[in-house]
Amino acid sequence: MSAHVEEHGHDDHGHHHKETFITKYIFSQDHKMIAKQYLITGLIMGIIGVAMSIMMRIQIAWPEEANPMFEALLGKWAPDGVMSADIYLALVTIHGTIMVFFVLTAGLSGTFSNLLIPLQIGARDMASGFLNMVSYWLFFLSSVIMISSFFVEAGPAAAGWTIYPPLSALPMAQGGSGLGMTLWLVSMAIFIASSLLGSLNYVVTVINLRTKGMSMTRLPLTIWAFFVTAIIGVVSFPVLLSAALLLIMDRSFGTSFFLSDIFIQGEVLHYQGGSPVLFEHLFWFLGHPEVYIVLLPALGITSEIIATNSRKPIFGYRAMVASILAIAFLSTIVWGHHMFISGMNPFLGSVFTFTTLLIAIPSAVKAFNYITTLWKGNLQMNPAMLFSIGLVSTFITGGLTGIILGDSALDINVHDTYFVVAHFHLVMGISALYGFFAGVYHWFPKMFGRMMNKNLGYVHFWITAVCAYGVFFPMHFIGMAGLPRRYYTNTNFPLFDDLASVNVVITMFAIIGSIFQVVFLYNFFASIFYGKKAEQNPWRSNTLEWTTPVEHVHGNWPGAIPQVHRWAYDYSKPGHVEDFVPQNIPLKEGEEELQH
Amino acid sequence: MTTLLSILVLVFIFIAIWQMVKIFDLTQTGKTTENNQVANDNDNRINGYLMIGFLIFIYAITIICFVKWGDLPLMSNSASEHGPGIDNLMIISMIVIFFVQTITQFLLHYFAFKYRGEKGRKALFFADNNKLEAIWTIIPVIVLAGLIIQGLFTWTSIMNIDEDADPMVVELYAQQFNWKARYSGIDNALGKANVRLIDINRANELGVDEADPNAQDDIIVKELHLPVGKPVLFKMRSQDVLHSAYMPHFRAQMNCVPGMITQFSFTPTKTTAEMRETAEIQDKVANINNIRKEKSQELMAKGEEALEPYEFDYLLLCNKICGTSHYNMQMKIVVETQEEYDAWIKEQKLFVDSLVKN
Repeated sequence: MSAHVEEHGHDDHGHHHKETFITKYIFSQDHKMIAKQYLITGLIMGIIGVAMSIMMRIQIAWPEEANPMFEALLGKWAPDGVMSADIYLALVTIHGTIMVFFVLTAGLSGTFSNLLIPLQIGARDMASGFLNMVSYWLFFLSSVIMISSFFVEAGPAAAGWTIYPPLSALPMAQGGSGLGMTLWLVSMAIFIASSLLGSLNYVVTVINLRTKGMSMTRLPLTIWAFFVTAIIGVVSFPVLLSAALLLIMDRSFGTSFFLSDIFIQGEVLHYQGGSPVLFEHLFWFLGHPEVYIVLLPALGITSEIIATNSRKPIFGYRAMVASILAIAFLSTIVWGHHMFISGMNPFLGSVFTFTTLLIAIPSAVKAFNYITTLWKGNLQMNPAMLFSIGLVSTFITGGLTGIILGDSALDINVHDTYFVVAHFHLVMGISALYGFFAGVYHWFPKMFGRMMNKNLGYVHFWITAVCAYGVFFPMHFIGMAGLPRRYYTNTNFPLFDDLASVNVVITMFAIIGSIFQVVFLYNFFASIFYGKKAEQNPWRSNTLEWTTPVEHVHGNWPGAIPQVHRWAYDYSKPGHVEDFVPQNIPLKEGEEELQH
Repeated sequence: MTTLLSILVLVFIFIAIWQMVKIFDLTQTGKTTENNQVANDNDNRINGYLMIGFLIFIYAITIICFVKWGDLPLMSNSASEHGPGIDNLMIISMIVIFFVQTITQFLLHYFAFKYRGEKGRKALFFADNNKLEAIWTIIPVIVLAGLIIQGLFTWTSIMNIDEDADPMVVELYAQQFNWKARYSGIDNALGKANVRLIDINRANELGVDEADPNAQDDIIVKELHLPVGKPVLFKMRSQDVLHSAYMPHFRAQMNCVPGMITQFSFTPTKTTAEMRETAEIQDKVANINNIRKEKSQELMAKGEEALEPYEFDYLLLCNKICGTSHYNMQMKIVVETQEEYDAWIKEQKLFVDSLVKN
C-alpha cells in the first residue's frame, strides 16, 4: 500500500496535473488546500459565534436596554433595539453549536489534522483525497444551513445546544422548535457525515501511510492527538446522529422515542412511553467525548510547540501518549456527569462521579509534564509559544473546577449555573481556542509561505489572556451565588441584584477581548499577502513538515519521501552542534536513540 | 446606517493597525539586522517579564474576586439538614483547588520567566524521569480518592430517601412557565394523576384522578409552605417540557421530566423569619436594597416607577431551559413553624372543592 502510494506520488510530480482555478482553490483534493479551506471557514464561523456571544453579554449586563447594534443585526428580533427573549435563547443555542462544532471541531481539528497528518508522518497526501474534499464541502454545506436558520420566519433553534426534547421536539413549545430546529438537525446530520469522513481518513492515513522509520513511538504528539481524536469521533458521533434521527422521527412522524404524557397549549398530545432521559444519554454519549475531540488536538499542538520553543524534548513522551489514550478511554464512560440530577438512578450518579474524577489523573500528568518541559529550557517566546503557555494556564484553572462539577453531591447546587459556564469556557473553549491560535501562528509559514507579524501576535496574546481571565474568573462567583445560566434577564429576581455589577465587569472584558481579535484577523489576512517571506524551517523544528519546500507542491516532497531515523524531540541533544536534530537525520555513529 | 458606521469603524481599525505596524517596523530596522519575525532575545526578555506580570494578575484577580464577591456564594448559611454536608465538601474542594492552582500557576509562569531564551544557551536534554512522573500520578490519586469517597458518602446520604422518617409528600408540578405544589393531605398519599386527565373547564389543571380516594384530600397551591424541621419528599412532574426545580438555599435541585416522576427529599432547618435574621442575609439584603435605591432614583428621574425594596424569601427557580419565559419561572417558598403551617394549610381549598361542579 505504502509503496504504491509512493510511486504514484512520484508520478504526480513528474508531469504536473493541469490545474484550473476550480480544482486548485475550490474542489481541491490537496490536503494543504483543504486545511486552508477549513481554516478560513472556521474563522468566519468563529467571527459569527463570537459576535453572538457579545450580543448576549450586552443583554445580560444591560438587560432590556435598547441598543442600535441589536436593531441593525437582529432586525425584527429586536424591536426598537431591545433584544427579545426568544432570540436571546436562539443566540445561546447557535453560539454554542457554532463554537463547539463548527469552530473548535471542524475549524481546529479539520485544519490541523489535514495540514499536519500527511506532512508530519511523511505521506504524499491523505489516504483518500476525494473523501477529504467531500468532507470539507459537507462541512461547508452544513455551515451554510446552520447560518441560514437565522432567516426563517420563526427563528433558529433555541433549545440550547443540547436540544433536549420535548422543548426541541414540539414546535408549539417555542418558536425556534419549528423550521429552525429542522434546519439545525439537518445541518448537524450533514456535519456528522463530514466529521466521520474526515476522521476515517485521518485514522487510515496515520495507520497506513507513515514513511519508512516512522514507528508509532516516533510519531509527534500532534499526530497522536489527531489520531486518537479521530477515533473518539468515529466512536461517538454516530450516536449523536442516531439521536438526531430519532428526534426527527418524533418531530415529523409521530413516534414516541423521547416523548410521553405531554399537555401543551391546551391539548394532550398522543405521545406515550418515550423518555427525554434517553435522549440525554444519547446526546451526552457524544457530548462529553466531544469536549475531548475539541481539546485533544489543542493539547497535541501545544505539546509540539512547547517542545520546539523550549528547545527541549517534551517531558515524558510515553506518559503523554498514555494520558491521551487514558483521557480518550475515560471520556467515553463519563457522560452521565451531565445528568446527575436528570432523574436517573442515583446509583448511576455514584458510578459517573467515580469515573469522572479519574480523568483528573491523566490531566494532571499532562499539566505537570508541560511545566517540566519548560524547566531548564531555552524558551523562545514566539506568539505560538505564548498561546501554548496560556493554554496550560487556562487548562489548569478551568480543569480544577471540574473536581467540583464532577462530584455529584456538589453538582446538585451548581448544576446549570454560571459556574458551569465559567468552567467549560476556560477548560475547553479558551484552551482549545489558544491551541487554535498557537497552531495558526506556528504553521502559518507552512501554510502560506510567509510569516505573521510577531509584535501584533504579542499584543493579541496579552490582551486576549487578560480578558479571558477577566471574563471567566469572576463568572465562577456569580455561579456559586446560584445564578442560573440561560436567563434572558435576571431582573425578575431581586435576589441576584448584587450580581449585576459583576456581569457588567464581565461584559466589559468580553467586549475588549473580542475587539482585539481584530488584531489577529488583520495580522492573518495581511500576512497572507504582505508577510515577510518565510524560511524553510523558521522555528528550527524537528518534524518532517519543515523538510518540504516553502512553495507548496503536489505530493509534498519534490523528490523521494524522507526516511525517519529518530523521534521528533531531539532538541538540545548532547553531542550535536545545533540545538535541534530533524527526524530525517540518521543517527551518528555511536549515537543511541533515546529509549523514550 | 449603523451597519455602515460599524463597517467604517472596522476599516479604520484595520488601517490604524497597518500604519502602526509600519511605523514600528521602521523604527526597528535601524536597530537590528534581523527581521524574520522569529522571537529574539529582546522578545524573550520582554515576554518573560510579562509572564511574571501575568502571574501577579492571576493572583490579583483571585484575591479581588474572593474579597469582593467571596461572600456572595452559597457556601455557608444553608437552610437544610444535608446542606452543611455539601458546603463542607465544597470548602474542602475549594481549598484543594486553591492550593494546586496557586502552585502550578506559579511554576508555569515562573519557569517561563526564568528560562526565557538567550542566544547561545543550550537547554537541558531531559526527556524522562519515571520517579517524578510516578509522584505526580500518585499524589492526585490519593487526593482524588479522598474527594471521591467523601463525595460518594455525601451523595448517597442525600439521595437515599429515608422512608422511616415519615416524610411529608408534596408534588412539585412544572409547566411553561409556572410552578404549582400539590400537598398530599392527611393521608400523606398523593392521588394518581396524568396529563390525560387534565380538564381545564373543570379546573382540574394537574390532571388529578378524581375517582382516586387518595386524591380527595389533596391540596393544590401556588406558593410552597413547609414546616421547619420536618422531612419533605418532593415528587416532581412536568406537563410539557423539561424543567428543573432549583432551590439553592436548600442545596436542592432535580429535573422535572414529562412522562416520569422524579424525586428529591430534604429537611428545612431554618424558617424564613429565622433566615432573615441571620447576619449573612441581613448584609446581603441591605446591599441589594442600596443597589435598588440607586436604581430607583435613576428610574424616577426618567419618570418611571421606583423599585420595591427587597425582602428575603426562599425561592424555587426553573433551572433547565424551557422556552421564552424561562427566566421568570419561579415560586416563593415559605418555611414556618408547625403551628403557622397548620394554620396556613387549613385555609387552603381541598382539590375536590376546587373543581368546577357541573
